Amino acid sequence: MATIGNFITSAINAFCQPSILFTASCILFYLVFFRWREKFAEKKTLYWMEGSMGVFIFVSCLNPTFRSVVTKPDNIPIVGMLFLVVFFTWLAVHKMVINDRLIDQGLDVENKKEAKELVFTWPDLVFSEFICSIIAWCVLLIWSIVLKAPLEEPANPVETPNPSKAPWYFLGLQEMLVYYDPWLAGVVFPTLIVVGLILIPFIDINPKGNGYYTFKERKFAITSFLFGFLILWILLIIYGTFLRGPNWNFFGPYEVWDLHKLEVLKNVNLSEYLFRSTGLNGGKLPDNPFLREGLGMVLVIGYFVYGTILLQKKWMKNLYEKMGKPRFYILVGLLLSMGALPIKMVLRWLINLKYIVGIPEWFFNI
Amino acid sequence: MPTPKFPESENAITRRDFFNWVVVGWAGFAAAMGGALTAIGRLFFPNITFEPPQQFKAGFPAEYAVNKVDERFKKRYGVWIVRNERGIYCLSTVCTHLGCTPNWLEGEAKFKCPCHGSGFYSTGINFEGPAPRPLERYRIGRSEDGQIAIDKTVKYQFEKGQWNDPSSFLELA
Repeated sequence: MATIGNFITSAINAFCQPSILFTASCILFYLVFFRWREKFAEKKTLYWMEGSMGVFIFVSCLNPTFRSVVTKPDNIPIVGMLFLVVFFTWLAVHKMVINDRLIDQGLDVENKKEAKELVFTWPDLVFSEFICSIIAWCVLLIWSIVLKAPLEEPANPVETPNPSKAPWYFLGLQEMLVYYDPWLAGVVFPTLIVVGLILIPFIDINPKGNGYYTFKERKFAITSFLFGFLILWILLIIYGTFLRGPNWNFFGPYEVWDLHKLEVLKNVNLSEYLFRSTGLNGGKLPDNPFLREGLGMVLVIGYFVYGTILLQKKWMKNLYEKMGKPRFYILVGLLLSMGALPIKMVLRWLINLKYIVGIPEWFFNI
Repeated sequence: MPTPKFPESENAITRRDFFNWVVVGWAGFAAAMGGALTAIGRLFFPNITFEPPQQFKAGFPAEYAVNKVDERFKKRYGVWIVRNERGIYCLSTVCTHLGCTPNWLEGEAKFKCPCHGSGFYSTGINFEGPAPRPLERYRIGRSEDGQIAIDKTVKYQFEKGQWNDPSSFLELA
């Protein structure tokens, strides 16, 4: 019995390694939206998903490490959020599937039928708003009474708590900072995220899906947005909350948070790979940053230029013709920047790549 | 269409009066803002600070064991003093990634930052995690009484080749 338990816990620990969990999540994302949409949208699936998640968390609480992480007052709302994310994703897909079926049959979508049956503000709307606000009040009251505010000792510049975690909604950013330089992950990317979200209604000129859920009529818009939200934001929050421990090392959900866990993370710049492994320039790094980082610069510029050409001429040709130049180039710029994050993460996991372009002299690292 | 006539009164404000008042109003506003900002700016220069001095004496070299990272001044001055076979140097405790304070892990012989996992050797060279450059070193020398003197106002950065500067390293014969 104990050995089976050990086997299962170590298997789950191994599965939660960033590279494996990330890959598995991407595959699952693809399967849910492109292969199993109909099955996923069934009510049964929702009950099954929420139920098994609940059972998983409940049973896992037998493990002391898991219990202490999950029941920490900071983390309880995040556990709640996981259930909500599953529910709302399911709800959207559920509605999409219903509407897509109606559209295929040439019928009106669900909302159009609903819109014909008017209801009164009073009492119908006000009453349900009232009930909702009472429930919200109750939840907040109980929450504030039962869970202690997670206050820590007074701030001290020479002592950083270990691990030091951002507020939960910023843990995605903190995870990004592990892979990118502060000026990129802390300044450029957050700006791009905010600006990009603001720009969505100006870039997306597809009138379909206005006021109703549909997948088939706006596949690209929904997949790219949900990839950014579910994988690059929610999944990174899960990493940061549950799987990052002391010294910002990676810990499986059942792994004891050992302060002295030894993780070999010797990261290497691309330039070091280039010169040391090929013996170019006698295996020594040139002092001139342009010579040293030339390959990295070419790769980064090439990614954006060649990526744009490829999308424009090949993969998103129709979209380019529909949207026009300015919209399309802004879209591609945002899209390629978003893609840069998973690319760098994978490179870090596979070959311990630190920076593609590393010029610390000028605070310029990519 | 007849042009509308405005009733004229004795004490109507003339255009000139109006602009005079506008100038007075804006001048007053600017003066008030300037005064308030000056008063706020003054807050950045307190009469007295309770920070430890930037220059301090760190005892005699004999108090430091060879190949050990000494943490006695970490809390008060934010420095580590490290002695190797050749001499002594003084490292800043500010991570070069985003400024958290790393911990010295004796068993693994590295500084490890709790915020994003940056790691540094005892020399201060970065080797893991996202830190883009090594920890900074401070000016180190001898005072007249033979103690180690550290000056935190002068920093030496490896990536700029400043660690070759003799005052970034206290050579012990």
